Amino acid sequence: MSLISILFTVFFYLAVSLCLVGVTLKVIQYASTPAPLKIPIAPAPLTRFGVILRMTREVFLFSSLFRASRWTWLFGWLFHWALVLLFIRHLPYFWPGETPELLNQVAPLKYAAFPLIFGLIGLLGRRLCVERVRYISAPSDYLLLLLLIAIALTGALMTFAYYYPDMGKVYGFAEGLVTLNWTELPTEGVFLAHIFMVFVLIAIFPISKMLHAPGVFFSPTLNQTDDARKKRHIAPWAINKEKSGKGG
Amino acid sequence: MAKFDIPILETYLQTPALKSDAMVSDGPFKANTEMQNSLGFPGEKVDNWQQVAIEKMGETISKYRSIPVFLDACVKCGACTDKCHYFLGTGDPKNMPVARQDLFRSVYRRHFTFAGKYFPKLVGAKELDDAMLDDWYNYFHQCSECRRCAVYCPYGIDTAEITMAAREVMNAIGVGQKYCNQILGKVKKIGNNLGMPEPALRDTLLDLEEEIEEDTGVAVKLPLDREGVEILLITPSADFFAEPHIDGLIGYAKVFHQSGETWTLSSYASEGANFGMFIGNYDIMREGALRIRKAALDLGVRRIIVGECGHAWRVAYSFWNTLTGIGGGADDEYALQLQKQLDQNYPQPQHIIEYTYDAIQEGRLAFDKSKNDHRTVTFHDSCNVARGSNMGGIENGQFILPREVIKAACNHFVDMSEGTIKTATFCCGGGGGLLADDLLELRVKGALPRMQALKQSEEKSGVNTLAALCAICKSQFSKVLPYYDFDPFMVVSVHQLISEALLLGENQPREESYSDTSSAE
Repeated sequence: MSLISILFTVFFYLAVSLCLVGVTLKVIQYASTPAPLKIPIAPAPLTRFGVILRMTREVFLFSSLFRASRWTWLFGWLFHWALVLLFIRHLPYFWPGETPELLNQVAPLKYAAFPLIFGLIGLLGRRLCVERVRYISAPSDYLLLLLLIAIALTGALMTFAYYYPDMGKVYGFAEGLVTLNWTELPTEGVFLAHIFMVFVLIAIFPISKMLHAPGVFFSPTLNQTDDARKKRHIAPWAINKEKSGKGG
Repeated sequence: MAKFDIPILETYLQTPALKSDAMVSDGPFKANTEMQNSLGFPGEKVDNWQQVAIEKMGETISKYRSIPVFLDACVKCGACTDKCHYFLGTGDPKNMPVARQDLFRSVYRRHFTFAGKYFPKLVGAKELDDAMLDDWYNYFHQCSECRRCAVYCPYGIDTAEITMAAREVMNAIGVGQKYCNQILGKVKKIGNNLGMPEPALRDTLLDLEEEIEEDTGVAVKLPLDREGVEILLITPSADFFAEPHIDGLIGYAKVFHQSGETWTLSSYASEGANFGMFIGNYDIMREGALRIRKAALDLGVRRIIVGECGHAWRVAYSFWNTLTGIGGGADDEYALQLQKQLDQNYPQPQHIIEYTYDAIQEGRLAFDKSKNDHRTVTFHDSCNVARGSNMGGIENGQFILPREVIKAACNHFVDMSEGTIKTATFCCGGGGGLLADDLLELRVKGALPRMQALKQSEEKSGVNTLAALCAICKSQFSKVLPYYDFDPFMVVSVHQLISEALLLGENQPREESYSDTSSAE
């Protein structure tokens, strides 16, 4: 294998490992830290089922963001859903062996690149042009958007602008990463840039604000049931205070 | 009238342009050594304060899941940036919720995250130095912990949690706020925020009884420390002396009298407010709540009802069961000791609005609504009630019940405009431990969004009465209404409206018969 193929192959596993280990550690931290008090935020569901509905609305529709800012919602929602569709669109590359029938139908999802780019440009424009959002932006906030835009643009170039890489090699390389049958990767510059940036994105996931993805599920204001009067809710560290015999 | 510019009310609420450092100052008065020590905090700023602060941050992160999740999850989308009443009233960018959080988050990133340790500039990580601590003290005392931002955040990030954590860290290094810590010292020593001892409280209640009898000819009682009664009423101590609060207290007494209920106040637990929440200190908040547990056990009451106080109701509704076992559904011995005594046919604790609402529904109260015909009433949803509690056990009950209670006693009720009420309600501007004279400028400016909505209702519907069910809201409005050319006496307790229209004496009072079950749900 060529040096570049080896480097990219190693980088892939490195990035995925960093991501998995980092996110796992973070999830363990969140899950093992108690939420000692009931702090659901209005409109707070009174039942567990209500919480599931609320989380579904937040995760799939971004309902709070919709109430807060229609433009941010539009850009953000389009971007996230386009990302999901494009993720599905990439699955056939990695699928070992015969791809299932369903995955053969995903080609039209490539058009999700347009709402993706539209959403990202919108978010960047908002960050640059709205004084309040500019004030709260750190360099990393711009860089992450630029990274995503660059990934989207290189992807779109390969799909829509005739910068096709050698598709046979793409399938071989991607499938090889999954099946551990490592092969040469295509060496077209646009392709290399695309996957390099994707690997960077994966690697920095657990040390960046992308932690909002696992984080939202652990947010006590969103995931708690508003039933404090009916059920006693208490953290392990707080029980010890009672055992120490103070009060009552 | 004031040493600062009073905002002008526009027709519609405007999002201001950023005015950097518009509200930069030394912050509110600091607690002195004695006040700090009385709460177990260092008397003055400790020498190695940075180290202590970082350790305290670490402890907070390990004890409260909200803190690491909220600090990690923010994507700086800006959804919250125009939601805070203090930002809308001042234009100071550090009053944008995310920017306020970032004062804490930047230090968190520097000390607790990989990116912030190795690439601080890139991710906006900063050291906790003197300038940062000054910003903490100033701007974490410009947050009323009203949680409006959290309603709009896609991750439910609640700036109140961050403000509480920051105040907790500051107290741990000996930098406390005078207003909160002085009051907490009084509760600890005497039992209420005022430092009003039992004889003074007893006198006040006797005076009130005389006053009611003079007014109405009916002997409505306000019992203190009476054992074996049905209900223990826990109310903010402002209800004992402040206007318009006291008229609310009279209202509760009339409602209990008229529905024939036996009840009592407690001199040991004569405070519903719990400023322990404002400073984010679990132990101090628990100590305050434990006084109520003890009073309930000593007096042998079967129900606990909370008077009109916003954060008191949040603490009671959401935290009491956790802190002290006042509630239901426990399986541990400690909580069961009390929960067996309490009448579990009712939610425990209940809000006085829930009690009055049920009494109205059951036909136990009758009103002459025309007594309130000179009023066109609107209702201010207090933030802690609106966003941190419930009433009636039904979805949005905390919005429905108070309005129904008001409408039972008033013919003319209108709501302020959407986006300024219910979940989206604007803070009065004085909550969260900011109701101090030394924060007057902040309070006046922070009231702007509420005042703007009120003015709109005044012009459109002729609103002349602003009903509230929070002691802080009532005090704050009484103070700031004149700055916006409103009558300070337009603010009333919800139970003042009840008090004025309630027909006394036509029902048969059931004094002493607390085992009556006809009032059960």
